[in-house]
Amino acid sequence: MTAPTTALIQVQRLSHSYLRGTPLETQSLRDVDFEVHSAEVVGVVGPTGSGKSTLLQHLNGLFRPQQGHVYVSGLSLSDPELDIRTIRQRVGLVFQNPEDQLFERYAGDDVAFGPRSLGLPAEGVRKRVRQAMEAVGLPFAYKDRLTVQLSQGQRRRLALAGVLALKPQVLVLDEPTAGLDPQGRRELLRTLAHWPSEDRAIVVASHNMEDIAELCTRVYVLVEGRIVLQGPPRGVFSEGQMLMQNGLSVPAATQAMLLLRQRGYPVSANVLTIEEAATEIERYIHAHGV
Amino acid sequence: MDGAEEPLIRIEGLHYTYQAGTHRAVPALCGIDLTIHAGEYVALLGANGSGKSTLLRHLNALLLPTAGNVWIAGWNTRDATHLRNVRTTVGMVFQVPDSQIVATVVEEDVAFGPENLGIPEDELRQRVDWALSTVRLSELQHRASHLLSAGQKQRLAIAGALAMHPRCLLLDEATAMLDPVGRRQLLETVGHLHQDGMTVVAATHNMAEAALTQRIIVLSEGQLALQGEPRAIFSQIETLRALHLDVPHPTLLARELSARVDGFPADLLTIGELADAVATYLGEPAGAAI
Repeated sequence: MTAPTTALIQVQRLSHSYLRGTPLETQSLRDVDFEVHSAEVVGVVGPTGSGKSTLLQHLNGLFRPQQGHVYVSGLSLSDPELDIRTIRQRVGLVFQNPEDQLFERYAGDDVAFGPRSLGLPAEGVRKRVRQAMEAVGLPFAYKDRLTVQLSQGQRRRLALAGVLALKPQVLVLDEPTAGLDPQGRRELLRTLAHWPSEDRAIVVASHNMEDIAELCTRVYVLVEGRIVLQGPPRGVFSEGQMLMQNGLSVPAATQAMLLLRQRGYPVSANVLTIEEAATEIERYIHAHGV
Repeated sequence: MDGAEEPLIRIEGLHYTYQAGTHRAVPALCGIDLTIHAGEYVALLGANGSGKSTLLRHLNALLLPTAGNVWIAGWNTRDATHLRNVRTTVGMVFQVPDSQIVATVVEEDVAFGPENLGIPEDELRQRVDWALSTVRLSELQHRASHLLSAGQKQRLAIAGALAMHPRCLLLDEATAMLDPVGRRQLLETVGHLHQDGMTVVAATHNMAEAALTQRIIVLSEGQLALQGEPRAIFSQIETLRALHLDVPHPTLLARELSARVDGFPADLLTIGELADAVATYLGEPAGAAI
């Protein structure tokens, strides 16, 4: 098998079992094919236990493939010679509630931890901390604040800055907006939307379908360890019934249209946003109303 | 109290400052007056850092006021002789499923609290069975608790609180980490408990969830900013956004439609209400949608 060259991440026929070889063996991933290209924001949705976190933890080498292949910029995670630090630098993983993992007294030191461990000189560390903090919308002056005195939304963005300071190519986030207030969520989504570029991409797992609809360019749906659907959010969310049968949901705007259809009004369910839903309902009312 | 019924929760002039008396003192609650009556279902909204969790922690005496008083069913939480009464009256469920499970088997986890109260064996059995059936986990009573899904773990946490026979449940963002089905099932359980007379106070960032309650209380910087019925609160979109909050998506859609379609109501809370409003415009549908 040749290493792919174009994708930032390529996962081929990946399978994974927990407690392998014991009576409690449970298969978490089954033959998963998954790709991440430059400038993409790739969503991963699936009910609890569907294998999302297992997949994400393969992307920066926390798990090595038991079966199948994972390539990061063409480097195979199955290669015994591979220096795993290369992968960890290229793929930054942000866990759920990352603000719980801040450990330094001062905000700036927490962001600086990664670059310092890379052995960068002080001025280089300072520059990376500044860039990372600005990228997440935290003023550089906040470096001197006590981490405990920041708000939860700020601490989450600080944790994100700590990962960005390692200059990853791919940012992988697990439930990035859970627990944030609506404004904190909007600010984080705005930060994330601006981050991908010619050589950078995002992978985001979320139960919040509004997040996925707003942010993602492509979505994978995982059910019981298998990819059952993938494509742009509009296409994926048009399969509303199937998603709901599998314990998932669709954005509220799409839900409203599906309910109207259920009640016998043949409006189009091909909407993702409130604006689109309003336009379609308005059209329908004006075409059929008294 | 002149024979008037003592409210279940009475808060007067509550101030709380973290690290009070040090140079790092952080005021979290700044003069809260609030009454919650038995049987109410109340949502507590506010930006991250607005004081929601600090307030909830005063309601079962996890925190004691820096100034002011909190009475639970007439007991002042400062009175250590009534601490047990306060804690058994008010049960609390936190955000992260894994952090509140203490035993390895489901039924043992539920029994943990009442067992420590010295409840006799047969009553203990009754309490555990009742609590598990209320949250619909009876079939899983012998299951290892770490093998439950996140949504099941949260319902287990509620069962653990219920086994203490509380009169009031506090939910501190208890649905934030759940997938759509887990969230829906938890909300259904809470709805049933409320119908059976349970007082519920739920801190949440989910506006659709807040729309299901009877009263919304909004905190901002440790003070009471707004309170009222969901429909009245969610009609104040600009005020809410200034407080870092938002309105439910169906309300946004209704507002958008009311601006476009003559006489369409702007103050709807759920997609069910939205579909009803469309129906009043169009009459019953003529035929099948397909």
